[in-house]
Amino acid sequence: MANEFVKKVAEEKYKFGFTTDVHTEIIDKGLNEDVVRLISSKKGEPEWLLDFRLKAFKYWKSQKQPEWGHLKLPEIDYQDISYYADPTKKKDNSQPKEIDPELMKTFDKLGIPLEERMALSGMAVDAVMDSVSVKTTFKEKLAEKNIIFCSISEAVRNYPELVRKHLGSVVPYRDNYFAALNSAVFSDGSFVYIPANTRCPMELSTYFRINARNTGQFERTLIVCEEGGYVSYLEGCTAPMRDENQLHAAIVEIVVMDNAEVKYSTVQNWYPGDEKGKGGVLNLVTKRGLLKGHNSKLSWTQVETGSAITWKYPSCVLQGDDSQAEFYSVAVTNNYQQADTGTKMVHLGKRTKSTIISKGISAGKSENSYRGLVKVGKNADGARNYSSCDSLLLGSLCGAHTFPYMDVNNNTATVEHEATTSKISEDQLLYCNQRGISTEEAVGLIVNGYAKDVINKLPMEFAVEAQKLLSVSLEGAVG
Amino acid sequence: MLEIKNLHAIVAEKEILKGVDLTVNDGEIHALMGTNGAGKSTLSKVIVGDPSYQVTEGSITFNGADLLSMNTEERANAGIFMSFQQPIEIPGVSMANFLKAAVNAKRKSQGLEPMKASEFLSMMRERRKLVEMDNKLINRSVNEGFSGGERKRNEIFQMAMLEPTFCILDETDSGLDVDALRIVAEGFNKLRKPDTSAIIITHYQRLLDYIKPDFVHVLLDGKIVKTGGPELARQIEDNGFDWIKQSI
Repeated sequence: MANEFVKKVAEEKYKFGFTTDVHTEIIDKGLNEDVVRLISSKKGEPEWLLDFRLKAFKYWKSQKQPEWGHLKLPEIDYQDISYYADPTKKKDNSQPKEIDPELMKTFDKLGIPLEERMALSGMAVDAVMDSVSVKTTFKEKLAEKNIIFCSISEAVRNYPELVRKHLGSVVPYRDNYFAALNSAVFSDGSFVYIPANTRCPMELSTYFRINARNTGQFERTLIVCEEGGYVSYLEGCTAPMRDENQLHAAIVEIVVMDNAEVKYSTVQNWYPGDEKGKGGVLNLVTKRGLLKGHNSKLSWTQVETGSAITWKYPSCVLQGDDSQAEFYSVAVTNNYQQADTGTKMVHLGKRTKSTIISKGISAGKSENSYRGLVKVGKNADGARNYSSCDSLLLGSLCGAHTFPYMDVNNNTATVEHEATTSKISEDQLLYCNQRGISTEEAVGLIVNGYAKDVINKLPMEFAVEAQKLLSVSLEGAVG
Repeated sequence: MLEIKNLHAIVAEKEILKGVDLTVNDGEIHALMGTNGAGKSTLSKVIVGDPSYQVTEGSITFNGADLLSMNTEERANAGIFMSFQQPIEIPGVSMANFLKAAVNAKRKSQGLEPMKASEFLSMMRERRKLVEMDNKLINRSVNEGFSGGERKRNEIFQMAMLEPTFCILDETDSGLDVDALRIVAEGFNKLRKPDTSAIIITHYQRLLDYIKPDFVHVLLDGKIVKTGGPELARQIEDNGFDWIKQSI
């Protein structure tokens, strides 16, 4: 019975696995300086940005792929990937510049209607497919408050000074191997600018979709929140089911000024590969926020259920005095998925405070690691960190690991770390079953109960989605 | 009606039940007594469908249906309820969410829509009073931080919510003080409908003072060796099991 169920789930589970049949301009596979130049010219970029890309590319070539993750990363042939795919490009340039109805339909199907009148209430969306932003909704409405929300390509064209000032300021291209790669070939992502003392009146969100075969997606997102500003930003991601791995190497940079607050939430549901571990997205991401201003706030909330491999540490540099950072994470791995995820909290300012709540859930033959660094600089008087890392195991073939690192250089700092590992027991399942609750539903209840401290941090609609996603991701995990 | 015929069952390759025959008609209360390890809990686990027990021979029918071909939740939704000897904690899952899932699973099996939230809450409020269950416990996670007595009370509260037609009380009296025992037993009696039947597993007469059995069975070494009326329980209370062992 268990086998039948797993089979059924493998077939039904990933409901975003369809492909869109749309004309897509894809550049030839391979990566060299000419490709970097080609991407830059396709986007009509200024010289300084091309320079930035070329420097990054040069640096990337000099580096080796890191191996320190608790991951078995398949070999990535960087010459066998296409670095730019544009599904909005018309076959014939004479056609009017309208969005292909197929693209609109795709996002409808994903539950992200791009017609403003159909849109989810109170949410503006930037929809990115492959390398290009298809549409950004409510741009005009947000512009009334001088809020900028557009694709990063558009921002480079329309607000070059803002982009130039902040791009690479939080994650320099030399930061790591994948950051260098992204800086060389990044395509679309979102740009958000919240002016001083402005509260963004709606949730902003970006939906990333990979569609084209054998292409990498190199998302680049930049959020700047000026003094006293506030924004809540969400990202969602899905991809078709394909037998080969697909690469998604992203950078997200956030700058938060005095008394400003940014909430960044992710519901990551990239294709995780099949139940035998074939295919799936390699999600190799650098996300970091700079809490530059006094009393600034940043929270990362992530629900990670997809991807064959997830390797990312949404981090915070608490530079401003009294700044506060939070990291809430639920990472689910099933079948052959691998995740090595966590955060870095770097306390530089005085009385800075960070909270880390991480909940790992492992099932099948998956490997799930929490890796976190709490660093307190010598001037960070009175800095505080609280970390709690829990692991929940379903079955006996999966792994859960915790790698907490601490580097405290100020003796007035308080750093606390707690960790637990638990298992869903046969007795708990029997108890639920005896009350008429099926095993799948029982696992869903238990897992959602376990993860609720994190789920509750998500905006309402996403919390409901995330709950469903958790249950679906683990269906068949206990049989 | 529950009908058990020549039931043999093993756990971890050891035969525990060695041919049990037992018929429980609608509305009947059967007490099941026996020494530790005689197979009383095994019998109840086999009836509810604990997958760690394997039936090697015999049959169980429930209202004419082959119980052994149904999985645990199907049996529960058909009306079988067990008050666990050691109710387990489920951290993170509130009693309310747990019971809502259980009530709605049963409704779904009957082709009914999920119960409205307001209706469900008032049902909880009303049923809670039957077993004098503290409202604070309802807001906690399932059995988390409950005392032994509170757990037993919680079992009967769940029974009140799920309205089973066939109940197994597996040592529900153990761990209860005199007052709590009375409340739990009276709660059970109030909940009982004329056709509700039950198997009550106990070591003591005191529970049977409240819940009057129609039959008392003695299970020894995997078999029912003696059946009598309520007086049998009193004889066991006074004299233990040795005299029964000697007579077989």
